[in-house]
Amino acid sequence: MPYKLEFQTDQKITRTLKKAHPDHMVLNMGPQHPSTHGVLRLVLELDGEEIVDVVPDIGYLHRGMEKLAEAKGYHKFIPYTDRLDYMSPMSNNTAVCMAVEKLIGVETPPRAQYLRVILCELARISSHLLWLGTSALDIGAMSVFLYTFREREVIYDIFEAVCGARFTVSYMRVGGVAVDVPPHFKKLVRNFLDDFACKVTEYETLLTDNKIWRMRTEGVGVISADKAIEYGLTGACLRGSGVDVDLRRDNPYLAYDEIDFDIPVGENGDTFDRYLVRMEEMRQARRIIQQALDRLPEGPVKIDDNKISFPERSTIEGSMEALIHHFLLASEGVKAPEGEIYHAIEAPKGELGFYVVGDGTGHPKRMRIRSPSFVNLSALPEMSRGHMIADLVAVIGTIDLVLGDCDR
Amino acid sequence: MFSIVAPSLDSVQKALANLYDIAIDQAVEFRGELTLYVKPDRIVEVCKALRDHADLVFDMISDLTAVDHLQEMKEGEPRFHVVYHLFSTKMKHRIRLKAPVWEQSPEIDTVMSVWCGANWHERECFDMFGILFRGHPDLRRILMPEDWEGHPLRKDYPVSGQEVYEYINKQLADE
Repeated sequence: MPYKLEFQTDQKITRTLKKAHPDHMVLNMGPQHPSTHGVLRLVLELDGEEIVDVVPDIGYLHRGMEKLAEAKGYHKFIPYTDRLDYMSPMSNNTAVCMAVEKLIGVETPPRAQYLRVILCELARISSHLLWLGTSALDIGAMSVFLYTFREREVIYDIFEAVCGARFTVSYMRVGGVAVDVPPHFKKLVRNFLDDFACKVTEYETLLTDNKIWRMRTEGVGVISADKAIEYGLTGACLRGSGVDVDLRRDNPYLAYDEIDFDIPVGENGDTFDRYLVRMEEMRQARRIIQQALDRLPEGPVKIDDNKISFPERSTIEGSMEALIHHFLLASEGVKAPEGEIYHAIEAPKGELGFYVVGDGTGHPKRMRIRSPSFVNLSALPEMSRGHMIADLVAVIGTIDLVLGDCDR
Repeated sequence: MFSIVAPSLDSVQKALANLYDIAIDQAVEFRGELTLYVKPDRIVEVCKALRDHADLVFDMISDLTAVDHLQEMKEGEPRFHVVYHLFSTKMKHRIRLKAPVWEQSPEIDTVMSVWCGANWHERECFDMFGILFRGHPDLRRILMPEDWEGHPLRKDYPVSGQEVYEYINKQLADE
């Protein structure tokens, strides 16, 4: 290979740091640090306890997903997306399936669209609950963690009832969802929503007016609106800085254009504003689920075209045609035409986009995952310069990164 | 449902004016998305123009990546396309730019002067495809280990795990 790099890892990172002063100390943080939410390594340049510069070192969880997608084909890639942002596998499934549907040029039946909305919003709540619990734990508020995990458990019970898996769901399919939801699905979700109604306010009583919480979050990890846009930040990191962008409203997909919801926007772009934005997002997610449940139409949950979606299991035993379709779909996969599309959804962490280049076969020529955590993390040095090490922990928490999503 | 996310080709043509004739080879509309094929030496100019025009305001780079055309490229055709996905936080629309890069000299100018967010994307593109971004201040590998050989997302790079075992064995032997 002609373009080989010749240097040692640590030398290069230290050289990248270009210490501003000989007295500064270089400190390694991670990749096995409890507050880095996975395997994030940071090389810090410190002046006393103050951070002069940060060089993130990622890739410890790189599994070559984009390469695997080229080898696996569209359907077989869906379980891999569960392991992207493993806090919201429903969103990842939806994003990849919608991208392939857009490339093929089909739309899912309304019931599947509403189910996807409900499950994506449940995933948003569960992802935000995990963020709230762990970032509060990082900052020192222990009890919030226990409460948020209690509610998250109920959401996972719903996922289990829907598809049999709690965590890595693989529930979406190209052309719809795997199977229809069980009869008691509506009741389960409504029970959760009724319980959850006062919960966000309950968490807020622990944190919002808590003097220690405010001192630890206000003015910490500030990023201006212009900088946030230039870095390409999305999700709560962008909205916390006062930029009113939400793909659910701006580039509507699924059934979001028929649903009424507000988009919370912060002002100062600090950790506290991002906290408030995410708290409000949980309330809005509840509103969205309620409306979607009320309107959930009856009907099929996947496209009635056996070249795209699998035939019903019950028909395979009786129909030769169904068996052939099933065999062809399982062996060759969904065939997408030549062409390229980019489809982005508003995942809990930000814009999750899939750029798919089809070549007429069952395998993509290129499947690019634009993950929100990767881009949001790139602004970490900007957000943490000038703060203390302890604040860096708060900033990592507020970015809400998942290394599976970041490293792919 | 899928919404139409691209601005109209006319508005882009009008906004780029003269630059459109000089710098754009081809425009393709597909599934409500707009793709411009940009001459590689004009990429920074086009990006700046798209960012600064009052009707387009592409102020954010959503994504930057590349595609390898090894299998179907013919003699003299570019092996790679560097793909830019731009988004406007004000107008809420998207556009895709594609710039060809040839195998003999896989180089293109960095767009970091237009959006600093291109930094990590370009590093990843270099890491995965071996495309060099001229003028990038810190072009080193980002996902693969820094002493890794080869660029995994190239089509002539195998999917199998042999390289990984060799790499780990080499590291163990070094220790």
